[in-house]
Amino acid sequence: RAGTKSVPVRLRGPGPLAAAGLKLPHAARAAAAGMLFYSFFKSLVGKDVVVELKNDLSICGTLHSVDQYLNIKLTDISVTDPEKYPHMLSVKNCFIRGSVVRYVQLPADEVDTQLLQDAARKEALQQKQ
Amino acid sequence: MFSLNISLTVLLGTVAVITSDGRMIVGTLKGFDQTINLILDESHERVFSSSQGVEQVVLGLYIVRGDNVAVIGEIDEETDSALDLGNIRAEPLNSVAH
Repeated sequence: RAGTKSVPVRLRGPGPLAAAGLKLPHAARAAAAGMLFYSFFKSLVGKDVVVELKNDLSICGTLHSVDQYLNIKLTDISVTDPEKYPHMLSVKNCFIRGSVVRYVQLPADEVDTQLLQDAARKEALQQKQ
Repeated sequence: MFSLNISLTVLLGTVAVITSDGRMIVGTLKGFDQTINLILDESHERVFSSSQGVEQVVLGLYIVRGDNVAVIGEIDEETDSALDLGNIRAEPLNSVAH
């Protein structure tokens, strides 16, 4: 096709979502359907993360589950600044609506950014087509 | 047809809902749906202030539209009853908009 940039595409080897550390057989289909970050977060279930919300509240906890809207459930939570935000003192587990998340802070050694970059590139290609 | 993959069933009980405008409403979560519309029974708002203790405003049976829900926290009754709300001083939460 005229005008398409040539991007190195691995013809053999792990599918796009092995990038997220997943070895799911339907990984390629998931990436094509725009589910890259959903699958990425699923691979981080059980890890400790810090979720910063759009209202500036930061909640630290263990990632329990995530869904296709990137809603997040955290267990064993603690607010990073409990003096400023005593609002959640009696809360141990919480559900966070995806639409209010600003950042999710991840442990650097849990993420292979190179593979993630490759997977994102592949998904962008597939979405263009 | 997608259903809510994270089950909110586990949270059916006493919860603290933080709304998108920064309010905190405590109540019994009786129901919910995919868009996170909520039914909260026996609810009250906890108003935080930096100058006086927490004020509790009784609301009753509420439906909260999902658009306005930011966080749903499962309240640990033991910890909550041990809280001295009268002595807590804090700024109200921000809204999620800028």
